Amino acid sequence: MPTVIVDGREIEIGADERLNCIEAARRAGTEIPHYCWHPGLSVVASCRMCLIEVGSRDAETGKISMVPKLVPGCQTPAKDGTVIVTQSSTVIESRARVEEALLIDHPIDCPICDKAGECLLQDYHFEHGKAERRADILPFTSKKRDVGPTVTLFADRCIMCTRCVRFTREVSGTGELMVNSRGSKEEIDIFPGYPLDNKLSGNVVDLCPVGALGDKDFLYQQRVWFLKRDEGVCGGCSAGCSIHVEHNQDTVYRLKPRENQHVNKWWICDEGRYGWHHLHDPQRLVEPTHRQSGQSLPTEWSHVVSELRANLNAAVSTGGRLGVAVSPMLTVEEAWMLCTLAREIDPQALLAVGHVPSRGEDESFPGGFTIRGEKCPNRVGVEHVIAAFDPTVPKWESLLESVEAGRCSAVWITAAYPPAGSRPAAESEPWIDEATAARVARLCEQTGTCLVVQDLFESPLSAHATWLLPAAGFAERSGTWVNHAQWAQHFERAIRPPSGVWPEGRLFWNMLGRRGLYDPAAIRREAAAASTALAALAEDLPSVGLDLRLQQLATT
Amino acid sequence: MPPFEPVLLEAIGTPESHTIASYRARGGYAPFEKLLAEKQPVDVIELVKSAGLRGRGGAGFPTGLKWSFLPKDHPGPVYLCVNADESEPGTFNNRILMEDDPHQVIEGTMISSYATRATTAYIYLRYEYPHAWDRLQAAIDEAYAAGLLGKNIKGSNFSLDIYLHRGAAAYICGEETGLIESIEGKRAWPRIKPPFPAIEGVFRKPTVVNNIETMACVAQIARRGVDWFRSIGVPADPANPRDPGSYGPKLYCLSGHVEKPGCYEAPLGITLRELINEYGGGVWKGRKAKAAIPGGISMGLMTEAEFDTPLDFKGPGTVGCMGLGTAAVVVIDETVSIVDFLHNSCRFFAHESCGQCTPCREGTNWNLRILERIRAGKGRLKDLEILLENGTTMGMMPGSTICGLADGAAWPIKNVIHKFRDEFEDYIKRTNPEGWMVTDPVPALQIVGAH
Ligand SMILES: Cc1cc2nc3c(=O)[nH]c(=O)nc-3n(C[C@H](O)[C@H](O)[C@H](O)COP(=O)(O)O)c2cc1C
Ligand code: SF4
Repeated sequence: MPTVIVDGREIEIGADERLNCIEAARRAGTEIPHYCWHPGLSVVASCRMCLIEVGSRDAETGKISMVPKLVPGCQTPAKDGTVIVTQSSTVIESRARVEEALLIDHPIDCPICDKAGECLLQDYHFEHGKAERRADILPFTSKKRDVGPTVTLFADRCIMCTRCVRFTREVSGTGELMVNSRGSKEEIDIFPGYPLDNKLSGNVVDLCPVGALGDKDFLYQQRVWFLKRDEGVCGGCSAGCSIHVEHNQDTVYRLKPRENQHVNKWWICDEGRYGWHHLHDPQRLVEPTHRQSGQSLPTEWSHVVSELRANLNAAVSTGGRLGVAVSPMLTVEEAWMLCTLAREIDPQALLAVGHVPSRGEDESFPGGFTIRGEKCPNRVGVEHVIAAFDPTVPKWESLLESVEAGRCSAVWITAAYPPAGSRPAAESEPWIDEATAARVARLCEQTGTCLVVQDLFESPLSAHATWLLPAAGFAERSGTWVNHAQWAQHFERAIRPPSGVWPEGRLFWNMLGRRGLYDPAAIRREAAAASTALAALAEDLPSVGLDLRLQQLATT
Repeated sequence: MPPFEPVLLEAIGTPESHTIASYRARGGYAPFEKLLAEKQPVDVIELVKSAGLRGRGGAGFPTGLKWSFLPKDHPGPVYLCVNADESEPGTFNNRILMEDDPHQVIEGTMISSYATRATTAYIYLRYEYPHAWDRLQAAIDEAYAAGLLGKNIKGSNFSLDIYLHRGAAAYICGEETGLIESIEGKRAWPRIKPPFPAIEGVFRKPTVVNNIETMACVAQIARRGVDWFRSIGVPADPANPRDPGSYGPKLYCLSGHVEKPGCYEAPLGITLRELINEYGGGVWKGRKAKAAIPGGISMGLMTEAEFDTPLDFKGPGTVGCMGLGTAAVVVIDETVSIVDFLHNSCRFFAHESCGQCTPCREGTNWNLRILERIRAGKGRLKDLEILLENGTTMGMMPGSTICGLADGAAWPIKNVIHKFRDEFEDYIKRTNPEGWMVTDPVPALQIVGAH
């Protein structure tokens, strides 16, 4: 195994790993500071923050010969015998000088800068900079300006790492950003008339190590040190990008991509990034209602737990079936409980995959990132669950047909679809149109079929519901989603739902008569034991998730 | 010293020197045709190697050696870039060659392309040379018409196209990898090396970058032979196997405070004093010289006492200059303030830093601001320490930058402060009697940027 020596510590790296010195040092627990280098972008070695001393150790004699000057860690490959020195006085002084240089014409307006608290310039300055300021140069001035619908540029704070420019050239492939002027007067800009407007634009803000690129959606909303971050998964499409949900006091303030080489690398799309506003939409359903004798009245959850089950039992005792639409917004655990519950009520219950929303085609970008046309996170997981109960895995359309044919005496439709395109619910098309809703509702109304609808917002269907139950948003539920490529990821809720809302998992758990609090892990183990496809879920998942197929291969 | 018979400049001042007829009459293009018919490319590389030609673009890198770094048996294409960005302050010899004897340059380009198996050559011309553009383009057209360029030249299986490419006025486009980026249509941000252009250059293909004067030398070596070339200049030091010597004629650009500024051809190794007195007619107005730049502003200054140093590839280095550079000699007389000189130098580099590397982008600007403050009577002795610190830490040599511009910006600072420290200190004390001794950090910012 190739051995790299980091500050005197030997570490082994993989035989055919291609690491640079920053990555190799990180393996040894040593952080080499850097601004311009990013593993997802080309190497430019221009910020010079990662300068280190390197040398090589002769395999035979063990003699170490050093390169007689500083080299950038990002550009220097770590090979067998590479000696990396990150703590010599030359290195320490060089870092202090780079920090000093970067602050020469920086406005140092941290008190009014949104990046303060998560700014690399701040952090590195504390760690590597000097307290004394020797330069007497007034800060570079340049007006803050919109560079596109999502991003504001504070050009005076920029340190010219060009990560954003490289992102638009190499990852989004749109090339809107460029460097204008030269030397200390240069700045990032757009070409006149061509704003930064692409479906991945928000990533440039994440890449910005300082406060130069601000996300308009987040600017001045919250000081970052008030935010708590939880690992989550984006529910915007079937890619299931790993995210961090950043929130405070049960309010989400922003979503950030979470590195996951198996799923989304370092990126997320704008639709996902801004697709959390519906969580706090005032139009959300926040209390269960029950319609009796033509009148819809609010009711208590405890009442729902007991009465709903009685209601459904009564309905199926007339000889009709219970038809259930299992929404691809539900987690595997929730879906498992719903199917179990349905089969307890009616051993022949019709379990169908709920409506699968889709908009457009898959869209791939040069950096190897794809936005999926299927706009729900867990169709695959729900199909696996249903397959354990009914190998034919009926679809939404077949449920509709059964209802129309009068075969169902009770229908339970779980939905929880966020409004399309991350718009406010009031301006967005509901997930179900009048005509489709009518196909279900007409017969239910004629025959008095019990219709349960569980959703985030009112829809053409909800008006006809016997039971209208509020659903949870993506950051409010816990469980597992399986993406389009069978990649399973587990997450815990980041925030509590609005008061009055029980997440689906809690309702199903209680209706199943289980004790204590909803425990997704227990359900997951049950599902894993009963289903080969889900067998991998028996163990705790790593935070990046895992490929269900590996386990499927192993068990078949 | 016997007057030197100019070779590179032989036609300058003769009528119609820029035409193919004039060039042919002098024996031009016959050497190329002969090499093409009789020699293999490797033989041509050997020819240039044995002549001991070193690049005239500034670094003095042996040209034949550079060519031999190209990968063997590469399927191609291989590119030759002729560097005519000539932006080093004080340098103008490329311009004279291009304007008045463009065919000499083009023949050199053809021979070099043949040697390197390049089938496309770009001449990267600085923006400010419209006349050179016209002359070069006309010469290229003439060469095509004469069947010297194009497909299967003179019935051989060698093909070559030469394109003129015009820059947009930036010093950094002369740095070879900045030039390559610029040819590719990008911002001229020098590339990180390795890979060097010989392995990955224009369009990621093997590439050689050579200066215009180097091309002219190649043409003359082909015409007059290795022995002629080696008979001129300073031979390699036999005691030092790593010294490649300084052979051949050199075009010295003499300007500044001399009676007769101009571009003069002399053997490598002429001393600065000989150049000023025998070619430049002495320092102007009967004054004494204070110092001179030996080869473009990046090289630093030689004081009057150092004027007997030979201007070959080794000489300037022995007196604390970076090197011979472009052999652009700018003389400053005794009336010039050294503070003004350094200010001017800093202004140039602050304006020309491409802005990629933090130490160069911010350092050149900081140096300029300090010099501005010193000139405004607010200097402090401590500023000299800061300047020296910047001067020793910026550049490829300490490893803090990507290209050599920063070294060129730093060199004059440390060189000039070492050589003229007394004058700096006097100036600062005289102009800032109250504050010259202050060592406190300059007060922090008065304003906080607000949006
Ligand atoms: C900042 C900078 C500017 C340069 N400008 C020029 C130039 O204008 N012309 C030139 O021939 N070489 C210039 N050079 C040198 C080139 O990088 C390169 O070494 C040269 O063109 C090689 O040619 P030669 O081997 O014929 O000397 C510059 C180098 C640096 C670092
Ligand atoms: S050293 Fe200066 S000019 Fe050269 S690449 Fe870096 S910033 Fe640009």
